[in-house]
Amino acid sequence: MKIPATKYPVERFTLDNGLRVVLTPDRTAPVVGVAVVYDVGIRSEPEGRTGFAHLFEHLMFQGSENLEKLAHFRHVQGAGGSFNGSTHLDYTDYFEVLPAGALERALFLEADRMRGPRLTEENLRNQVDVVKEEIRVNVLNRPYGGFPWLRLPPVMFETFANAHDGYGSFGDLDHATVADAEEFFDKYYASGNAVLTVAGDFDVAEATVLIQRHFGDVQARSKPKLPDFAEPDISGERRESYVDRLAPLPAVASGWRVPDPIGSFEQYLPYVVLAEVLTDGDASRLVERLVQRDRTVTSVGGYIGFMGDEYQVRNPTAMLLQAHMPPGGDADKVLRAVDEELDRLATGGLAPGELARTQARMATHLLRDTDAVLGRALPMAVLEAQRGRPEMLNDLPRLVGEVTEAQILAAAATLRPERRSTIEVVPGANQ
Amino acid sequence: MSVRPLPELIPDSKLKLPKQAERTLSSGLTVIAIRRPAVPLIELRLRVPFGRAPLARATLLSQALFTGTARMSSIDIAAELQTVGGGLSAGLDPDRLLVTGNSLAAGLDRMLEILADVLSDPTYPAEEVATERDRLVDHIQVAQTQPAHLARTALLTRMYGRHPYAVQTPEAEQVKGVRPGQLRALHADRVRPDGAVLVLVGDLNPEKAIDSAEKALGGWIGPSRDGNVPRTPELEPGPLQLVDRPGAVQSSLRMALPALTRTDPDYAALQLANMVFGGYFSSRWVENIREDKGYTYGPHSAIEHFVAGSALVVAAEVATEVTGPAMLETLYELGRIASLPPGEEELEQARRYSLGTLRLGMSTQAGLAGLASVFASFGLRLDHLREHSAALAAATREQVAEAAARYLAPSAAVAVVLGDADRIEAPLAALTAVERAE
Repeated sequence: MKIPATKYPVERFTLDNGLRVVLTPDRTAPVVGVAVVYDVGIRSEPEGRTGFAHLFEHLMFQGSENLEKLAHFRHVQGAGGSFNGSTHLDYTDYFEVLPAGALERALFLEADRMRGPRLTEENLRNQVDVVKEEIRVNVLNRPYGGFPWLRLPPVMFETFANAHDGYGSFGDLDHATVADAEEFFDKYYASGNAVLTVAGDFDVAEATVLIQRHFGDVQARSKPKLPDFAEPDISGERRESYVDRLAPLPAVASGWRVPDPIGSFEQYLPYVVLAEVLTDGDASRLVERLVQRDRTVTSVGGYIGFMGDEYQVRNPTAMLLQAHMPPGGDADKVLRAVDEELDRLATGGLAPGELARTQARMATHLLRDTDAVLGRALPMAVLEAQRGRPEMLNDLPRLVGEVTEAQILAAAATLRPERRSTIEVVPGANQ
Repeated sequence: MSVRPLPELIPDSKLKLPKQAERTLSSGLTVIAIRRPAVPLIELRLRVPFGRAPLARATLLSQALFTGTARMSSIDIAAELQTVGGGLSAGLDPDRLLVTGNSLAAGLDRMLEILADVLSDPTYPAEEVATERDRLVDHIQVAQTQPAHLARTALLTRMYGRHPYAVQTPEAEQVKGVRPGQLRALHADRVRPDGAVLVLVGDLNPEKAIDSAEKALGGWIGPSRDGNVPRTPELEPGPLQLVDRPGAVQSSLRMALPALTRTDPDYAALQLANMVFGGYFSSRWVENIREDKGYTYGPHSAIEHFVAGSALVVAAEVATEVTGPAMLETLYELGRIASLPPGEEELEQARRYSLGTLRLGMSTQAGLAGLASVFASFGLRLDHLREHSAALAAATREQVAEAAARYLAPSAAVAVVLGDADRIEAPLAALTAVERAE
């Protein structure tokens, strides 16, 4: 089946203060998405301040030059819109989706906090409490919390930037100060370190005027030098385990380093497709083998990037396989079967149609995501920030479709046990 | 520092519904096709009436629906769907069996053929069913360690008593006893087109898409059985039920209040009252217990609709040490909205939010498919959005206050808290009568 493509138009320009702007109009629904991405994430937070990038994201919602606390939320929702933000390893995003008539309001709100959030002791302490509750909900009070995204990096990586807990320890969060926040903003939240994207129902010329009006006088500040987080690959298999006192059943996750997603995109992309060949659906290699035939796992998943953001992550990153096992499950047996399947693939090749159908399904997922205005605004902002190529969003289904069998086999051949880092969940509940 | 004015909003354009068509086939299957060609894909939703189906069998059936047909193995089904960029999966709620899927637009006919084969000629092969059964048992075991699931289970039991909605997850032991033959029998009995609704949304011509569905699904026939669920019972307020989860670092607060169905003349007013109380981020309750007090991360309050009745459910996960104070603020905010009329500005804000999110919900293929499918379960069509928008726009402050007084009063609530009982019982008992659950 021929893989279709989207043709979302892309307009790019840069304001005098260095803010990069991407506009992608589409008039098929009366809504707009506005995204601002700052080129800073979990990997840039200072030692002793784990969780700070995420905490700071919360502080960006607590009021700014012309906005009291709570005003941002009320102005977005009172315009009929929704908002959120999220903190990733390499970037932090802020976004709204609103009825089209609220575009200027959203631009105003984003520009106001780009000039400077209101960083007060009261707001900081309040948001430390909120973040702790977020960590309790997502990590501490549930089984498999933080598995594997917080648990595998410290096994795989050596440096603080790559290995540390991005949600943060309660101790570090408690020690965070307003001065830390001011410094973080000064260093990383410069207009030159940001990208603004608008997607949806608007006129390019009108939006350009509005953007100039609201962002044009945001003070220019120097962009920090992009750090290099590279570190050598591991020199032998690594394996650790921990007891999850809330988990009733065992689980296991392994990661292998992959090529630089940006500098070596051509070598990287086959791994993205390989992860799907291995785990997408009942006809994929590992689901067929582990779930259906061996019955050694109840579910298996494969993806790239610890946060599943394969086109929005920088080097170093990894391909992950994770599996949940039945009672008494044996991680060794699972890993051996994975090795066998990777060998079988690398030496025996793909079955007729296997690659094409995987690529077709990947195209559906990619296209489906772009149907929502934020599904264009957010990835385009990150593609601009990291690659200067927002239009690449249109190209991804085709690029995925051009990956060859030889590339998949070569990628599979690199996923050797000695390059693997593994974390195992030992069930601690009902024991 | 000069003060910059907040830009005005440009008023919304008139609500525009997408091009669509509808046909009820001779089998009794209703097909609704909606055109949104923004991306070259199709979204598919099929809802089949499944009320009062035996829970363990129905749940396993939903997990095993794609395990094989006379012509295709489970792997064939998955591979054939993938070939057209497609995927199908099934789920269950207390009213319906739901099939969800999507594919490349050019794959519509093929996806429908495969769906038809699964619906009309399934085999439920023993090996594959055994695999799915074991997976479901494990899945249930994991769910039983998740606080959100445990709190939900306790709340449903408390709300519905002996009504079929009271239990929505089967016991692992019950699932272990289900045999493939029972799935085949249940499928023959209940997976029937009569009363089912198929929704197709995407890059399609509505009439032609319905023709395709008629052609592909022509062999799926058979009468349906009466799956009507009796109306839900009235909530019976009583002591707060405390469910022990020793060592929990958070408590799960859940409250249920009475609510109205979507078509009730007072529904828009109740929806707005819930918004002002706790239905969105900029509500009194969220601003209070999250942004002011820092007790919680994601509290929410929403009206849930089932075919046999609606309810308003209030939910928050709060730190163990502030469980009492968080309950105090929750009771206070419910009492405040039930006793005093909302302010003009906060009502307008809630109104604009409700009207806006309704538009956002229609702006994607998946959003339209979900809306059209859910609405159809209640006998409504997309044009209900127009009526509902008008009702939201027209609801007065007095009507909202009246709805709040009737439906949001804390004295009418049933409450369940899951948490470390030894630490939270006394603080909760200071506020309301508490009984420990079995």
